Amino acid sequence: MSMPEAPRPNPRRGAVIRALLPCLLPLSLWLGAVPAAQAQTSQGAAPYGFGRAATPAAIAAWDIDIDAQGHGLPRGQGSVTEGARLYAEKCAACHGDRGQGKPADALVGGNVPLGEQKSTPLKTVGNFWPYATTLFDFIRRAMPYNAPQSLQPDEVYALTAWVLHANGVLPADAVLDAARLSALKMPNQAGFVSDARPDVSNWACRTCR
Amino acid sequence: MAAPHDPNLATGAASAPRRAFFRRATAALGAVAATPILAQAQSAAPAEAAPLAVPDWSRQPGEPVLWHPYGQPSEHERHVVRRSRGNAPFPGAASSMTPLADLFGIITPTGLVFERHHAGIPQIDPDQHRLVIHGLAKRPRVFTMDDLVRFPSVSRIHFLECSGNTGTEWRTPTSANVQLSHGLLSCCEWTGVPLSVLLDEVGIAPEARWILAEGADGAAMSRSIPVHKAFEDALVVYAQNGERLRPESGYPLRLFLPGFEGNMSIKWLRRLKIGTEPFQTREETSKYTDSLPDGTARQFTFLMEAKSVITRPSPGQVLRQRGFHEISGLAWSGLGRVKRVEVSVDGGRQWREAQLQEPVLNRALTRFSLGWHWDGSPAVLQSRVIDETGYVQPTREQLIAARGLNSLYHYNAIQSWQLSADGSLKNVHA
Repeated sequence: MSMPEAPRPNPRRGAVIRALLPCLLPLSLWLGAVPAAQAQTSQGAAPYGFGRAATPAAIAAWDIDIDAQGHGLPRGQGSVTEGARLYAEKCAACHGDRGQGKPADALVGGNVPLGEQKSTPLKTVGNFWPYATTLFDFIRRAMPYNAPQSLQPDEVYALTAWVLHANGVLPADAVLDAARLSALKMPNQAGFVSDARPDVSNWACRTCR
Repeated sequence: MAAPHDPNLATGAASAPRRAFFRRATAALGAVAATPILAQAQSAAPAEAAPLAVPDWSRQPGEPVLWHPYGQPSEHERHVVRRSRGNAPFPGAASSMTPLADLFGIITPTGLVFERHHAGIPQIDPDQHRLVIHGLAKRPRVFTMDDLVRFPSVSRIHFLECSGNTGTEWRTPTSANVQLSHGLLSCCEWTGVPLSVLLDEVGIAPEARWILAEGADGAAMSRSIPVHKAFEDALVVYAQNGERLRPESGYPLRLFLPGFEGNMSIKWLRRLKIGTEPFQTREETSKYTDSLPDGTARQFTFLMEAKSVITRPSPGQVLRQRGFHEISGLAWSGLGRVKRVEVSVDGGRQWREAQLQEPVLNRALTRFSLGWHWDGSPAVLQSRVIDETGYVQPTREQLIAARGLNSLYHYNAIQSWQLSADGSLKNVHA
């Protein structure tokens, strides 16, 4: 995946400020008011000083994201077996007893290679999702639909394990924890490409045919 | 206030002649009753045949001030509402669409802005709402709404379009009208804090490349935003068209990324986490990615490329008479300003340049119009936009040649409305 252009915090403004600094600095000292945005770079102070510190303890309940490397995964573990029990209890009503979907998304199936399907391809965790960690992240933040952010870490590990097992990614006796989940490689991880647009080139003819 | 002593003002007496008037009107128009819009037009028409009468509303004082402390549209405009394509299995994880054919100018009335939610509309107490900015920051912060409103603010007019807008039209002309084909599109004045101001406030680290944006809704909706967008023009928004955001538009706080696909402008924004890599959320892997014929999928397809559509006349409306008609519509580009819009009435053989209504704004809807004399014969109406980068809105065939039929998102092809001799219009592929 290509990176976007390196972000420089507003380089133009920086250049302007540098150019004007000899004039601005005495003036602002004289006025007793340093323009807010300039104050920060040299002194390390917040330009406006609003808000309170976001300490890890203060934001722990909201700091729930898991990235593709597994950063953020909590302690705990869960088995495919336990996942099957939880799935039947909390998920099957919407995703089907085997994860086949309806009314909610299908979680398994769609095993035909994606490019060979004539109609809209069925995209599931097994044949489409590039990262297993995303499954943990999404279940934890948004599932079950009627009670999001209600599952304990062990439950999320177990449900993640069951969905991966149902897609043939994990054996029936598997147990997932942070290390094992982070190490998993999904079948379609290489299936994503960068945005290649503009990929069409129309011509604004006035008399076309 | 004293009521005039006119016996006709007594409720029953006053409405009787009016009912008779409408009976005559309906009889005169007879068989024609195809669409609600047509029917609506008929009720005004018979006045031309009869001498003008002084209507009831001119013979009495009207409603008092504060009739509606918050103003409402006329009851005669009840049909101008958001609509959904069908019944979604989870009504909170669904979309509703803006009635583009009934609107004028470029600003979408706030109550008609399209909706797309992933777990319903949370009812948030602004006093309890917080925005956390953390990760690669020297001074991670928790902000209240009062904190956020204290920062220097900007107001900008921009369109917002769902990447799935018009995605029904890849294979066959599916949508019955422009609300259902193009209505995941709105344009408002957005007021808030430039995201760059907030990133300076927390002291973003130089190695930062991506920011996770997360909502406070039941989906904790999350997308990775490239840092360069944050410093280009991203806003953290709390107001829309002059008032605080509506609940369904993200009250009390949302992200707004001009020109990017709508789902990235995270509503009910509660957290921004600064990192070096994209976070690979469900929405940017399994969902808002664009499948190609070889089975791969394009990821991080942020930009909404240039697109236009004729909103008048469009299906559901009927041209009742030959002669002058104004063809009018909307054009926009996620890359900048609209440079030119051209209109064809013969299915794309000949094109004429339309007039652009000022203001023509960066990444905003632009209203175009072209006067046209309809001679009563069948026609196929199309519009195409050229933006300031020189990009020309493509044909459907060109999009399919480049992407196949399964990419779903980012369909921006030239749209065709077929006008029949009877004045009715239909969605076609031409």
